[in-house]
Amino acid sequence: MPRWGYKIHEDRQVIWEEGDFSLVERIRLAEPSLCLCISCGTCASGCTAAQFTDFSLRRVIIQLQRGRIEEVRQEIDRCMLCGKCILTCPRGVNTRHLVLCIRKELSGDVLY
Amino acid sequence: MYYIDYDPFVLPFTLGVLALLVMLFWKFFQWWDKLQPEDRIVIRTGLRSGKLLAILKEVFLESLIHRRMWKQNPLQGYMHMTFAFGWFMLILIGNVESRIHSGVEFNMPYYPIFFKFFLDSNEGLPFSKSFTFIMDFFLLLVLSGLVLAMFKRVNAKLYGMKKPAKPEAIDRIALTALWFIFPLRLLAESFTSAVTGTGGFLTGNLGEFLSGWLPARLLAYPAWWSYSVALSVFFVCMPFTRYMHIPAEVLLIYLRHLGFKPSKTYDFFSVVEVNSCPSCGVCVESCQLKSSLGHGNIVPAYFLRGLKKDREDMQAVNECMLCGRCQQVCPVGIHVNDIRIQRRDLLNKQVVFNYPYLPPPDHQKADVVYFAGCMTHLTPGIKRSVENILKAAGIHYLFLDKEGGICCGRPLQIAGLWDSARQLVESNQRLIRQSGARLLLTSCPICLKVFREEYDLRIPVMHHSQYLVQLIEAELINVAFSSREVSYHDPCELGRGCGIFEEPRQLISRIAGLQEITAGREKSLCCGGSLGGLSLSFQERKRLASDALKQLLAGQPDLLITACPLCKKTFQPLSPVGVMDIAEFLYTAMEQKTRTAQPEVLINCNETVAVL
Repeated sequence: MPRWGYKIHEDRQVIWEEGDFSLVERIRLAEPSLCLCISCGTCASGCTAAQFTDFSLRRVIIQLQRGRIEEVRQEIDRCMLCGKCILTCPRGVNTRHLVLCIRKELSGDVLY
Repeated sequence: MYYIDYDPFVLPFTLGVLALLVMLFWKFFQWWDKLQPEDRIVIRTGLRSGKLLAILKEVFLESLIHRRMWKQNPLQGYMHMTFAFGWFMLILIGNVESRIHSGVEFNMPYYPIFFKFFLDSNEGLPFSKSFTFIMDFFLLLVLSGLVLAMFKRVNAKLYGMKKPAKPEAIDRIALTALWFIFPLRLLAESFTSAVTGTGGFLTGNLGEFLSGWLPARLLAYPAWWSYSVALSVFFVCMPFTRYMHIPAEVLLIYLRHLGFKPSKTYDFFSVVEVNSCPSCGVCVESCQLKSSLGHGNIVPAYFLRGLKKDREDMQAVNECMLCGRCQQVCPVGIHVNDIRIQRRDLLNKQVVFNYPYLPPPDHQKADVVYFAGCMTHLTPGIKRSVENILKAAGIHYLFLDKEGGICCGRPLQIAGLWDSARQLVESNQRLIRQSGARLLLTSCPICLKVFREEYDLRIPVMHHSQYLVQLIEAELINVAFSSREVSYHDPCELGRGCGIFEEPRQLISRIAGLQEITAGREKSLCCGGSLGGLSLSFQERKRLASDALKQLLAGQPDLLITACPLCKKTFQPLSPVGVMDIAEFLYTAMEQKTRTAQPEVLINCNETVAVL
């Protein structure tokens, strides 16, 4: 090996995040458009279910990305799958399929 | 004493028929297992139900004459008729002929098929001239169909399709065997006729011609062997190929006459429908996912084939937009949409959504209840136009979901989630019933379909396009005709889904010139926004919409009119001309003095008016 005058240390990064990221990784494979989400919250602003209850797809997605599966599990059930959020999303995230994928995964149905 | 005619060459045929029967019974008993006990009784007693004549008539018209295929394309119809009807008549008349000859009711099953081999001469045979003529005629009929079938593989365009459906390996084997059966029969009978003189105008003359330069006596026997083997190969392959549709379709017609309909789960009826698919490929051309995106595996011909062979294509289940164009052209009338939803149901059986938070009904009452629907709340121009028109007409109405309502439940249902949807259906049902409505009006065709089919409302449910026509006819609102040319897009759920084609056209033709387009009415296109498709990406939906727009705007209309908020929302960003809902369009055409709402309110809320 050529000597470049410096060496690479072992990774000393400490990850404080306690979340479980396996779910979001699987969901990203099932619905890749999740990666486009910028958490703008347009989906939550027009939501049919949000008129009656404290449901926000924006929060669900953020919790999912942070690996907070319990929070996702508590909230995702309330979606009515009406599809308004797909039409409003400025980034083209297939939100309806995303909810369905999360729900399927949480029910133990492994997608990938 | 009765002597049984026998020769070893009949063995392949006889064993082939035996194998076919065993396989058919085996398959049928597997399907039978999926049946509910009460349905079994209906099927068992069906033959005595007095519908037998109607059933036989439809079997004759559809399975033998192929009436719906004739309507699709006469060349296709003729080709299918020659094979089905011609072959059936060969079997039927062959049986009659051979029975008259042998003088007994019971024949060996191979005897009528190889009758000419066992016949030494026509002497003493009653009506022999007529029989040979009829048999030769039907053989010629089948052979003419065979020529057309071969030509279809070369040039399918004449038959109304770009390409025939791609056959699988075993389909190819069966197809080749089928193609060989009739020429071999012709050869075998001709060679035999050259020796015995038993042939008619076709086999007799051909036999005479061939014997002039071929050793007919020597060739006859191998020809009979080949004929028997070809038949055998076809029969053994049949249950594993698309030719399974022949017995399955007869069963399907029987079930339909007994009142069987597609249910919510993948059951006996669905299996029979899946097996009735002949993979004819008529649906291939109709699929927009195929024509716009090249996703050929979505097409029912291939999707159902996979399902039949337990190789289900999940992409074909989840990606399909359920527009129903394929169902419309299907010559067998298979309910592909229902089957896809049933397959989604199997997938999602563990997935349940819960809505304990739904509000209780309040106590407002009205005769006419207007339910805008989720999608209409995204396109507020529509709901405001409807409200303004209702006000102008002096209708006392209740806007049920003015402050936002509960989803109708159809989006969940088309994802296969029937249990979750039931909670929403029941909740909305309570709301509507409690309002004391005598008419339910909706702006969303998706809601319309579910209100009509899944709700127990016992009141008429109307789409606003139907109701507004009635208001005009009752002269409650006055409209002015303008010289604008418009094109009308039939939404899938409104047109094919609920059968509403005429009312929107009546309404539009009172206001402006309506261009009829080729992709109109039953053939109308999917806008690309459909909630039926689960996994299709944003970019793919956009491509579908742009391709559909090209066809809709082919006549260069001034405006594109639709009757579905979802279609409007999908087309609007891509369309070079304005896109309007039929209610918005009507409101702009209403005479100024008859409007009660302020015009600027409309302009503020509705971006498309700016286009005018």
